Amino acid sequence: MSALGATRSNGLSAVARFGQLSIAWLLALAVIVPLLVMVSTSFKTQRQIFDGGFSFIFMPTLENYRNILEGRFLGYVGNSIVVGVVATALTLVLGTMCAYALSRFTFIGRTPIAMGTLLLRTIPPAVLAVPIYFIWTSIGLAGLGGLILVYVALNLPFTIWLLYGFIEQVPRELEESAAVDGCGPFRSFFYLILPLLKPGLAAAGIFTFRIAWNELVLASILTDRNSRTLPYAVFLYIKDTGIDWGELMAAGVLVAIPPLIFTFVAARQIIAGLTSGAVKG
Amino acid sequence: MNQAGQSRWIPYAFALPAIAVMAIGLFYPILETLRLSFYEVRLGEAPSPQAFRGLRLFIEVLSDSAARESMAVTLKFAVVVCALELAIGIGLALLLEGKIPGMSVLRTIFVLPMMIAPVCVGLIWRYMFDTNAGPINAWVSGFGWKPAWLADSSLAFLAVCITDIWQFTPFVFIMALAALQGLDASLVEAARIDGARLWQVIWHIKLPLIMPILMITLLMRLIDALRGLEVVYAMTNGGPGLSTELFPLHIYKSAFVTQRMGHSAALSVCLLAVTTVLSAALLVFNNPLRRGTSS
Repeated sequence: MSALGATRSNGLSAVARFGQLSIAWLLALAVIVPLLVMVSTSFKTQRQIFDGGFSFIFMPTLENYRNILEGRFLGYVGNSIVVGVVATALTLVLGTMCAYALSRFTFIGRTPIAMGTLLLRTIPPAVLAVPIYFIWTSIGLAGLGGLILVYVALNLPFTIWLLYGFIEQVPRELEESAAVDGCGPFRSFFYLILPLLKPGLAAAGIFTFRIAWNELVLASILTDRNSRTLPYAVFLYIKDTGIDWGELMAAGVLVAIPPLIFTFVAARQIIAGLTSGAVKG
Repeated sequence: MNQAGQSRWIPYAFALPAIAVMAIGLFYPILETLRLSFYEVRLGEAPSPQAFRGLRLFIEVLSDSAARESMAVTLKFAVVVCALELAIGIGLALLLEGKIPGMSVLRTIFVLPMMIAPVCVGLIWRYMFDTNAGPINAWVSGFGWKPAWLADSSLAFLAVCITDIWQFTPFVFIMALAALQGLDASLVEAARIDGARLWQVIWHIKLPLIMPILMITLLMRLIDALRGLEVVYAMTNGGPGLSTELFPLHIYKSAFVTQRMGHSAALSVCLLAVTTVLSAALLVFNNPLRRGTSS
């Protein structure tokens, strides 16, 4: 144990360890300063933004937030919440079921489905823009419903394979013994397997919600004045007369809040999802 | 008997809803892109036999100067950011390997740029690089320098690269660190006892052992660098000129700004071909199906 401890710390001197620590925190600073710039600018008046260069020290104002929330912004928040929540719920249900089929059964079509979804994980959303616009407008599916459908489709391949990894870790004996007790496949899926997948579902849910909440390209072509979602609504603050940085940054902060909360609450699951497959554990 | 008859349709009951959604939302649109790429149609027009051009749109794409410039910009961008992000990310992981107090807090901070909306990232850095109000010019103006970052083509390209490096170097770092921490410590120890120097251990033992994960990381970064458009859309909208017009943004603008739908579809097919090849390469290194049966 002590020998392991010695190799772990690499016998570093106190100076080297201090150097390591400083580098690590400088790095964290580099990551976080631009975010702090956004937050602080959102509390500045137009005058504070343009006079005398950038500073973190100023008299904060809520003016920008008040202006934004008096406009149509709250409606767009509502649209984004609906799209995010519904798309995430559907993706998780359909994705888990499909992952379960791929993990537990051999059936005709399994290999093409597996390979197809694996390749579709990396499809560029820009590639979907033209055909989705063409198809969706011709059958009248634009708006929030159409947007949700695309987001579910777009997120399913990643979700299926993230959850596949989690399901593979659940021992098959669990369902086998349940089957002996007369428990059917659907009951054992919903009552035995699903509760065991909570960490995987959390990670997959966060990633799906993040895409649905943050996505711009498809949202910009499928929504109109009323059904607009947040990432596209933010551009309302870039006007022909110039950019209102205070309001723009306030809008940016509001858009960034849910993903920030998720990150602080579930960093471990997110990192597991990011490194999923490549790194074991 | 009932059991056997029943079990044949059970996997389909589990898999079909998801497959139906993907067929409608992904597979059919991809086929439609392929079809549209044969027709010279404008946005909103239905393809007609008169508009059929065969493979001519693809030849046009390859000789179109804007498309070629956008491809060159994208290639340069992908190579520059992937090389720098891997070099910095792996270097930092080697430096910070081992137990560091507060590492879990650090990792949480490092994930933030990847979690917030790309639109936010683009707007934050548009402000950071703003000539008059931006913090970067406030900091460098002490040296009597006040560049118009996003109005100059090479500085704008540099700014877009810096933004991507800020956003995704943490990803490479997290992957490389996880790989290093998964290494068998006894191998490194054995090399040490044999008198290997620090850089020899890194070069001959650690890096070769984590190479598969580094390849996966590189491929993931490469695919993402070729896929994204939202950051540049918010930051520069491709300008000035075409200096930051990444290929997906060019696809988007061809369809919805200049409204050449067939042209845009042909561009889409080209991009899809490249990302699919890279995606297949990713499967060579990391196939969950194979992993599932072997372990």
